[in-house]
Amino acid sequence: MWKQHGKLERHSLLLVLGILVVVAIGGLVEITPLFFLESTIEKVDGMRPYTPLEQAGRDIYVREGCYLCHSQMIRPLRDEVERYGHYSLAAESMYDHPFQWGSKRTGPDLARVGGKYSDAWHVAHLTDPRSVVPESVMPPYAFLAKKELDESDIQLKLAALTRVGVPYTKADIANAKADLEAQADATASGTGLHQRYGAKVIQRDYDGNPDKITEMDALIAYLQMLGGLVDFRTYKAESPENMR
Amino acid sequence: MTADTQQQASPANAVVLQILMGVLALGALLATAFSPDPLFRLQGWIFLGAFVVACGVLTIGIANGQFQNDQGKYEDGVVRAGVIATLFWAAVGMLVGVVIASQLAWPRIFYFPDFGWLNFGRLRPLHTSGVVFAFGGNALLCTSFYVVQRTCRARLAGGLAPWFVFWGYQLFIALAAIGYLAGITEGREYAEPEWIADIWLTVVWVAYLLVFLGTIWKRKEPHIYVANWFYLAMIVTVAMLHIVNNISLPISFLNHKSYSAFAGVQDALTQWWYGHNAVGFFLTAGFLAIMYYFVPKRAERPVYSYRLSIVHFWSLIFIYIWAGPHHLHYTALPQWTQTLGMTFSVMLWMPSWGGMINGLMTLSGAWDKLRTDPVIRMMTVAIAFYGMSTFEGPLMSIRTVNALSHYTDWTIGHVHSGALGWVGFISFGAIYCLVPWLWKKERMYSNTLIEWHFWIATIGILLYIAAMWVSGIMEGLMWREYTPQGFLAYSFVETVAAKHIENVIRVIGGLMYLSGTLIMVVNVWKTIAMPSSVRQVESSGPAAALSAQA
Repeated sequence: MWKQHGKLERHSLLLVLGILVVVAIGGLVEITPLFFLESTIEKVDGMRPYTPLEQAGRDIYVREGCYLCHSQMIRPLRDEVERYGHYSLAAESMYDHPFQWGSKRTGPDLARVGGKYSDAWHVAHLTDPRSVVPESVMPPYAFLAKKELDESDIQLKLAALTRVGVPYTKADIANAKADLEAQADATASGTGLHQRYGAKVIQRDYDGNPDKITEMDALIAYLQMLGGLVDFRTYKAESPENMR
Repeated sequence: MTADTQQQASPANAVVLQILMGVLALGALLATAFSPDPLFRLQGWIFLGAFVVACGVLTIGIANGQFQNDQGKYEDGVVRAGVIATLFWAAVGMLVGVVIASQLAWPRIFYFPDFGWLNFGRLRPLHTSGVVFAFGGNALLCTSFYVVQRTCRARLAGGLAPWFVFWGYQLFIALAAIGYLAGITEGREYAEPEWIADIWLTVVWVAYLLVFLGTIWKRKEPHIYVANWFYLAMIVTVAMLHIVNNISLPISFLNHKSYSAFAGVQDALTQWWYGHNAVGFFLTAGFLAIMYYFVPKRAERPVYSYRLSIVHFWSLIFIYIWAGPHHLHYTALPQWTQTLGMTFSVMLWMPSWGGMINGLMTLSGAWDKLRTDPVIRMMTVAIAFYGMSTFEGPLMSIRTVNALSHYTDWTIGHVHSGALGWVGFISFGAIYCLVPWLWKKERMYSNTLIEWHFWIATIGILLYIAAMWVSGIMEGLMWREYTPQGFLAYSFVETVAAKHIENVIRVIGGLMYLSGTLIMVVNVWKTIAMPSSVRQVESSGPAAALSAQA
């Protein structure tokens, strides 16, 4: 056996090939089945793609690196379920490009932060975290309230997401800008928005500044819908297909 | 290829490179001009600047008849540049680490409401990429270029290609680093750079593989030395991981933003398959290669066991790839995958310790050097930290332990015992060996300064990881603490407040480690400024009689 190894030491391409084969196996066995096994993602009621405003807010969440301190993944442990709510399902991040489960809780989990606090609390907290939570170590995000949201590429974003598998319709993409503006304005007609994304979509002026749509509007719109989509009244956690 | 044809080919490949840079500069100019996206234009300007400078330097060089490629000599210029880049990025990456540690300890002082780009969320990738890819990556580049030449007794292949790899890699770092501050990120840990930087890195990395393989093909030794197996495994596997994990769709080819091809649970496992093996191949296999060359060389002893190196090489690279799911215990990832990941993570303990034993036992017969040579001591302590953190890792990958440790500072402490203890110290040891060899000095400027570096940094690591053990286990226990009445005992923010002292100790530990690095920078600076010795410590070319094989 030791003599055989000499061949690999004398032929660099054999060595490279050997390395490639050996390092490919683990990933192939672990990752590829996740794309084919139907049990990987639970069947649930209520999941829908993000509205344009929520997606724009999610992009800001990614841009600011929120995932480096906040997880979005509640584990099925007693304390976590009591602190944060029902444990997270795979279905809940099925439209998340990229996923934002996180790996560190310097701050609390945000998977179900939606509806826990008022919009005004979020504005105050993001502007100056220590004004509402004195012990917090979170950075201030006051600039989000001053910065107007860049809506120019929202159609491009929805179109790209469609190509990677999010089921936006042609009408969703065509109306992306109108839907975005309608959701941030309590007085606008929300008929189209609710038709496309469901009656539960929250439509209001999130940052309390009706003059313009800011990045703060978008981020809070995203935070306020987190974890509220799946209908847990119809989800049977104990049924065999959900025991994974 | 004979030496003669190579010498003539060299200017030709400089001209090709010059034309390529010109074309790329034009492309960058056009893309910048037509893009409506300010962040894409920022990347465009960085590209444009780099390509214009490269084109200019190449033009002047070609005009002056430089870039001759003497096959009788080693290409050490690029190695020297790599040593300097390693030191530079070490200082930058660790400084940013101290800054973000200070932000967590004193948020009222170290945050600036008007400068969002200095917030923790943007600086943290700068710290991790700065240390892992800029410092660690340059250490791997320069040591691999040095080692492959000596162990093959051949000059680096490809004429100017090694310089393209070196500067191309620095351009990638600049793109990534400036991008993070501006808010350009894919939002995937340790793979934050956006699509255009990813494509550029792929080009550079393929060139790196070709230079490395090309040098091996020119070798005058029949066997490929063990260090080169590890370098090769690192280069090949990192290419695979980087390409698969960064498959994403730009929203437009003139926009910086892209969306990952995978979503949710599949995206999570792909990312941690990448993330864990960035540790396994970039930070482990690559630095084991450093160990396999520099420890025997410095100790003047042969590698302890040839057979052990074969067994632990193949088992290490086979098993590491499976370990990713241990980052996703108790998540929405199916349990069968978690169990597989945990099983292989525990098994990984054995090949890891195989490497540790092979490194440590190489010192048999030379243990006295631990007392007299601080460089040997540094590398030995690095191997000891490697052993410690590769025991801690399998422990933390057990689901029930992970239930406590995950999401806490314990993970941060674990990473730093590996990064500061293993990666940092083995690189410093290699640099202390390399600098006198490369600049033709008899020794480093000051052994006392190396002693200072060693002790300050070692105490710094211990403070850092002890503080993180305490705060991590404390917060994990506080999160799950119940009152006798059956309520959660602590609100989340109480667990944040409880960690203040540990956060301060971490800053002190980090500052000590950074100080050690700065001492090394001074020492290296002074060494380079010393007059060169007549007696050259290292043979300077493949023509020289002695192979540098350890």
